[in-house]
Amino acid sequence: MDVDKLWIVNEAIQSALQTPYHVIFEGLLVIWILRLIFSKPHKIPDKEEKLTAKEKKELVDLWKPEPLAPPVEKTLAETRPYRLVNGQVGKNIVINGHKCKNFASLNFLGLVGNKRVDDKIEKCIQNYGVGTCGPRTFYGTFDIHLELEKKLAEFMGAEEAVIYSYGFATVLSAIPAYAKKGDIIFADEAVSFAVQKGLQGSRSKVVYFKHNDMDDLEDKLKQQEKMDKKDPKKAAVVRKFMVVEGIYMNSGQICDLPKLVEFKYKYKVRLFVEESLSFGVLGKHGRGVTEHFNIPISKVDLVIACMENSLASGGGFTCGRHYVAGSQRLSAVGYVFSVSLPPLLAGAALEGLKISEENPEIFARLRQKASFFQNLLKGIKGIKLVGYPESPCFHLRRLHPVTPEKDLEFLHDVVDKCEKNGICITVATRTKAEVLSEWPASIRIAVSVQMSEKCLKEAAKVICHAVKEAFAEQRKS
Amino acid sequence: MNAAAQNGELNRNGANEIYHKGGSTKRKFQESFEPTPLYAAIVTYVNYAVVTLFGFLRDFLRKHGFEKLYAATEDPEMKDFVPLYASFESFYTRNIYNRIQDIFNRPICSVPGATINIVERKFSHSGWTSKYTGKTLKNVVNLGSYNYLGFAENEGTCSEAAIESAKKYGVGVCSSRQEMGNLDIHTKLEQTMADYLGVEACITFGMGYATNSTNIPCLVNKGCLILSDGLNHASLVLGCRLSRATIRVFKHNDMEDLERKLSDGVVYGQPRTQRPWKKILIIVEGVYSMEGSIVNLPGVLALKKKYKAYLYLDEAHSIGALGDHGRGVTEYFGIHASEVDIMMGTFTKSFGAAGGYIAGNRALVEHLRAHSHSACYATSMSPPVCQQILTSLSIISGTEEGRNRIKQLAKSCKIFRQGLKKLGFIVYGNDDSPVVPVLFYSPCKLGAFSREMLKRGFAVVGVGFPATPIVESRVRFCMSAALTDKQIQDALSACSDLSSLLNLNYSKAK
Repeated sequence: MDVDKLWIVNEAIQSALQTPYHVIFEGLLVIWILRLIFSKPHKIPDKEEKLTAKEKKELVDLWKPEPLAPPVEKTLAETRPYRLVNGQVGKNIVINGHKCKNFASLNFLGLVGNKRVDDKIEKCIQNYGVGTCGPRTFYGTFDIHLELEKKLAEFMGAEEAVIYSYGFATVLSAIPAYAKKGDIIFADEAVSFAVQKGLQGSRSKVVYFKHNDMDDLEDKLKQQEKMDKKDPKKAAVVRKFMVVEGIYMNSGQICDLPKLVEFKYKYKVRLFVEESLSFGVLGKHGRGVTEHFNIPISKVDLVIACMENSLASGGGFTCGRHYVAGSQRLSAVGYVFSVSLPPLLAGAALEGLKISEENPEIFARLRQKASFFQNLLKGIKGIKLVGYPESPCFHLRRLHPVTPEKDLEFLHDVVDKCEKNGICITVATRTKAEVLSEWPASIRIAVSVQMSEKCLKEAAKVICHAVKEAFAEQRKS
Repeated sequence: MNAAAQNGELNRNGANEIYHKGGSTKRKFQESFEPTPLYAAIVTYVNYAVVTLFGFLRDFLRKHGFEKLYAATEDPEMKDFVPLYASFESFYTRNIYNRIQDIFNRPICSVPGATINIVERKFSHSGWTSKYTGKTLKNVVNLGSYNYLGFAENEGTCSEAAIESAKKYGVGVCSSRQEMGNLDIHTKLEQTMADYLGVEACITFGMGYATNSTNIPCLVNKGCLILSDGLNHASLVLGCRLSRATIRVFKHNDMEDLERKLSDGVVYGQPRTQRPWKKILIIVEGVYSMEGSIVNLPGVLALKKKYKAYLYLDEAHSIGALGDHGRGVTEYFGIHASEVDIMMGTFTKSFGAAGGYIAGNRALVEHLRAHSHSACYATSMSPPVCQQILTSLSIISGTEEGRNRIKQLAKSCKIFRQGLKKLGFIVYGNDDSPVVPVLFYSPCKLGAFSREMLKRGFAVVGVGFPATPIVESRVRFCMSAALTDKQIQDALSACSDLSSLLNLNYSKAK
């Protein structure tokens, strides 16, 4: 073999020596190819020339920005002025000079103006002043905050509670503390605006499912499961959450918590429940939707609520297991970078909780009055009542909607007529920035436990009359 | 005003002369940011290296059961779920933050005035467990709360008026501004605040953080450009993100970088479509609380006018604390408030209350009343809190007492800052800012300083990563009009003791 190889090489050298120009030409070709391979690509000079200073100045002079805000006249023409309230927002309210019964403020347990709460507030101001002058990390943690957190956790049956200084900012900060970019959140399409902002702030992928439609949610969860099976590596690091509300602010309906807990374990999706309207309303002791359905609170990963409705105070809180709730103290933006809750509001909430604990029958009474009032209003012609039968917060919509503008005008008309006759109700305000901006306009009614049956009957009469008149006027025009 | 200062070309790390309009006092704009000494940087990195190594070791021991695990764990029923926290995410918390966590979250049980009573806690197991000893540390001098004008009081006109207001209105409002939450006291507050600031109108909100995050999206949206200072507060960053506008960050207080970005923005327009931007909004703060610097307002205004941009000024720390009448950074520079398009501020620092406001011309305020997310969905301010602001405003703007408080604050700032500089500390920021950050670089020295000051009866605030860059841990003193001269001198002598004990005098300046 070796001899054969040697002979081939010998042959090659012989033939090369016989035709030198051939060798030289091929050698040059090889060198040229190597040069082309290793040389840098020739850059085409940028045709775009840099602008001169004079040209830049001309562009700056030419540029006309939009005005920061539209002219005053336009804004005033398109919107309704605020209604002015004089004095306390209690059972009786003076609005635009009219004395009315208050069916608009979310003062469910009637704690506004409660003597015990007022005394506690006075004591708090005498002890602590008004403001806390610092975030929780920097001497803004007062013993009353710690007491309130402990009391809330005890009340709800959870391991830990975390307080925020503003109800709106609670859910806005709580969701992004856990859900980050790349995670997936399944949210009901009717979640309130604060929740929507929380979802937007989290930068996660948000999948909306039809309002309270568990089949639609299951479909979407199954679809996600299929996608996860295709890419298990990615699925192992992408966290999944479900965000729902106990009682929805936008529709008054209750969520189907047992089904949701079932989905949680079946599809491995964590569950957050926003309970601003169901805390202090549902359940034997007012613990919210978990108590209502008899589900241990540890099954829900995080309960988010605000103390501005039932507890008639300020701020919000979240509660859950230590493992989940504890991390908010370092990663929730609205907790870390904001000043803590003023002690007088914390004191009012504490006293409100104590009063609720001492009178646990108040919650059943509230629900009974709510369903009584709903039954009185169900019969009004031309109006559809939307909401869970026992919810003290429900909506009245037009049965046969015409156009969004006309419906809104009609509802405002009803509200104005009721106000003149001593009943204060309100149209649920919304902005165009909401996810469900085509959701029909509605009047949101809030029942307080302080209202007597006589009062509720009179109010129903006034509302019925106002609706009839408003319809008659619209038919004429 | 000299020509350079008029164009906004102020020297950092130097003195510039600016005169106060309407007066003849010449005030120097003096800021200093001494660069990190090499020795300090090396020591800090070594500190972190040692702590990190121990962190790895302890994590290993905990994982394999050699050391007891005190942290909360996931529910056993959920062990198949995707982990809620990435394990490395909380490395810093478990191993570095935990060791010095006794200097944070100190609970107090008194009014956050010049002195406070701190509830004592004892930490053990490297910071994993804590308990209350049952004792209270009384009359600790408070150098940490944002109590600039000393209105954190539980006695006197402010608290009495707040109690009266609570009796009249209660605390709950239970409704948003557009629905049932517009009380007469809110309108009164807004009118008073607008008069005080010298603008056409003002609107108030229940929380300062929510003011920024819910109103910036109303003013700008997709197709607009936001130029945000590098050290802006988290609420401004969130507001900018929620607005979906394009955000470009310029170097902190750097007018050249801002001009470059403004020019590029106007000249080249939107990145892909090359269409012009709808609006350009510059967002700056009056006083930056981590650096102690004051915004170069004449510079920003000059650029704003040249490039037809809008200016959003967040005066959270400067309202009440700067200016001869406490009107903020505009008064400080002798600029009329109407030159700033959007003046935002909070009531938490100088007024001893809570909440925020936005002030400007009537068109802006009516637009926010109609479209602000906070006005539409969030509960309005609680009445006793409104009353506290009204009372403190009337004291600041109309009385001798108010003027004295403002003067006392300015005096305290000067004395304390000069005292610290003489002791050899590196102090960042402007001479007139009520926030005095002192650089310690290493988190270990931060922990030691805070504990030692507490032993000597002073409550200080230490700030580390992630609020500051990792090697620039600092202690942030907040001056207050409520502090007496004696308390300030005592604080300086305590700092002096600790300076030699902990080797904190890094400054080379004389």
